[in-house]
Amino acid sequence: MENGGPLFRMEGISKRYGGVRALENAGLSVRAGAIHAVLGENGAGKSTLIKIMAGVVAADEGQMTLDAQPVKFASPAAANAAGIACVFQELSLIPELSVADNIVISNPPTRFGMIDRKAQRRIAEEALARAGAADIHPLALVKDLPLSRKQIVEIAKALARKPRILILDEATSALTAADVSKVFAVLKRLRAEGLALVYISHRMNEIAELADDCTVFRNGSKVASYAAGTRSDAEVIEMMIGREYHSVYPPKPGRLAQIAPVLETRNLSWADRLHDISFSLRSGEIVGLGGLDGQGQRDLLLALFGVLRGLRGTVLVDGSPISIGSPAQARRHGIGMALIPEDRKTEGLMQPMTVRDNLSLASLDRLTRGGIIDRAKEESAINQMMTLLAIKAGNIDAPVGALSGGNQQKVVIAKWLMRQPRIILLNDPTRGIDVGTKQEIYLLLRRLADEGAAILFYSTDYAELIGCCDRVLVLYDGTVKRELAGAEITERALIASALNIPSAEPTQREPAQ
Amino acid sequence: MKDWEYRLAEHRGTLTALAIFVVMFIIYTANHPAGFTANVIQTAANKGVLLAFVAMAQTMVVITAGIDLSVGMIFLLTNCLASWLVVGSPLETAFGVLVVLAVGALCGATNGAIVIYGRLQPIVATIATGAVYFGIALLLRPFPGGSVNEHLADALTGRIFAVVPASLVALAAVVLLIWVPFSRSVYGRAAYAAGSSETSAYMSGMPIRRGKLLAYTLSGLVAALGGLFLTFFTYTGDAAFASGNAYTLFSIAAVVLGGVSLFGGKGSAIGAVFGALAFRTIGDLLFVFDLDPLWQPLFQGLILLAAISLGALALFRVRNRLEWFL
Repeated sequence: MENGGPLFRMEGISKRYGGVRALENAGLSVRAGAIHAVLGENGAGKSTLIKIMAGVVAADEGQMTLDAQPVKFASPAAANAAGIACVFQELSLIPELSVADNIVISNPPTRFGMIDRKAQRRIAEEALARAGAADIHPLALVKDLPLSRKQIVEIAKALARKPRILILDEATSALTAADVSKVFAVLKRLRAEGLALVYISHRMNEIAELADDCTVFRNGSKVASYAAGTRSDAEVIEMMIGREYHSVYPPKPGRLAQIAPVLETRNLSWADRLHDISFSLRSGEIVGLGGLDGQGQRDLLLALFGVLRGLRGTVLVDGSPISIGSPAQARRHGIGMALIPEDRKTEGLMQPMTVRDNLSLASLDRLTRGGIIDRAKEESAINQMMTLLAIKAGNIDAPVGALSGGNQQKVVIAKWLMRQPRIILLNDPTRGIDVGTKQEIYLLLRRLADEGAAILFYSTDYAELIGCCDRVLVLYDGTVKRELAGAEITERALIASALNIPSAEPTQREPAQ
Repeated sequence: MKDWEYRLAEHRGTLTALAIFVVMFIIYTANHPAGFTANVIQTAANKGVLLAFVAMAQTMVVITAGIDLSVGMIFLLTNCLASWLVVGSPLETAFGVLVVLAVGALCGATNGAIVIYGRLQPIVATIATGAVYFGIALLLRPFPGGSVNEHLADALTGRIFAVVPASLVALAAVVLLIWVPFSRSVYGRAAYAAGSSETSAYMSGMPIRRGKLLAYTLSGLVAALGGLFLTFFTYTGDAAFASGNAYTLFSIAAVVLGGVSLFGGKGSAIGAVFGALAFRTIGDLLFVFDLDPLWQPLFQGLILLAAISLGALALFRVRNRLEWFL
């Protein structure tokens, strides 16, 4: 496959942020017509490496060559001009502009100095079709799209620049299985067209399916580069985390006693998004929410947490019907509910505020005396949480935004655990988090359940649902299509019910095509 | 959704402002002793156009998620400057107009440079520059006075074909020649993008700095056009502090009435123009109903509050409480 040496090469790249070493003598070499997977835990330096590649930050040391010519990118625009486009994990879309506006944003077609809207529309439609999402309307505002659609628009936007090198940083982390397979088809086509693709993901199965070459990073340095398929998953993960890899999921307790449910819903409906949802959740149980993204899982969690207005149906806590009108009511004593939100940046944390302030935010009512915050009480509660979750923060008076993604997510969880909630709702809590932190979260969830909490856990990662949950409710079009329990929770069953097709079980007849 | 539904949603703010203005103006003319005549419209247009220019200037900055508290002072400064320069032969007058517009643009560009390159908050930066601009205006005109080329002034404040107010035509021309090209240019879009999400715009490799600088500069230019028209209406230059501040604050009200989001990234100067015209009509309404002048500010405030609340009506229909905070 080697056709005339690498297209793009980085050598001896070093980068420091303040005193922290992000990259040390790192390198990467990508070739045209191939997909190069970059692996490593969060904080291993992958993000910094591609930021340097995409011109977002400048390296302190090292060289880059494109077509064997040395290059330097002063800005993302310069990297774009050289043919490098990047799909970032943190979406780079502009919410108030339309899909078409966003797609052409870095190089809009102009006529007489003004943006040519017809040409823009044509380019956008073409790019959306190329990204396998012709169903997205080019005039829709980006802020009105669900996260998974935004991610596809982001890919379409990168394609509209006609890049030679396309970097995808966790580009599938918000996507559901159906969307992922569409994106994979697109990526394979691009590879056949001769693009060089750099692909970063935490999902091993994706890498196994896509990659031609792999490079593993650890602690800011390259550990190894190898042709895909020459190392086993266990070997790769060991290289990444530098320790032995055991099963990441804690054992399940098996059949639970049939005790009265803590939380129950009967025919819960909302607008045209949720239809007749009935389920129950017992103390000590982890119940998963599965299905394709955007089938009402997020709405269901928000409905339970008192965010949605105009709910129909009944919600029962400890067997008595209640109506929850706000998150403040939901967390109150007697209900004791907590929601770990999907987007830690906007809904979970106040980024510029300190770790301390963020941690005590949800429990201030319990930490005050006569309206004044009791510093000693706050301190001990915070210390307890920092140890319980092993949050790595240099200083609890530093802004929470300075922590790594995994530690930020731990702060979001800790902030709610401080109230000792009885019912814990989680909205895709492990998205974009490294393997090590994920494992800690799984252990924690199981421990909380063992201590008596009732947990409702939405995840876009089927492996998590299989590994963590005692039961899984699969949602489709705002309604529970199927409930899987114990050994029934298999990837096959999850995917089949998520797509609302009868699973290929021998007892069921395939519908005639 | 169909194409036209997306388009309607995009222009909802502007159309609401237009509707508010039309309703108020119909009530106004229906109750005016003289009725719907060319004279009444000319007077209303001349009053409304000044605020419309200032509101358009404010919009350009608000779209970048900034706010310009110096806009009323640029308006005063250019008024005072025009009362010195826009006089004499046609050639001298033309030169004077160009200098006045250039000074306005320079004021705007200064604001922009401080905000963009100095990384200062727009609100404090423009309080400071506004004081400077007012100081210069005061030095130019310690007392009201000066003059203006009256032929030009009368031509631009009179009527075309004895029917259409010339000032409205001038306003429309400015919208078409400055606002429309700006909003559809790459830099205009960069200004919107920076207002909506500056990080995303940067990551997309957009020319945000130039886009914002252009927005601030054009804002100064349009404020200077307002200053010129003030001179054409009054024939004098007057560094009146209260008037400058009032225009600044009214321009913010007009912008909000016009459906422009103070959070940036959303809205149109055309909406702000209708917002300004509607705002002016509120004052006139109280006049035709022969209200005691003592009550005017109070009622003006109440009507403004009601009009702005129209924009918030949609919040009652929100079924997901998280959307309140968007």
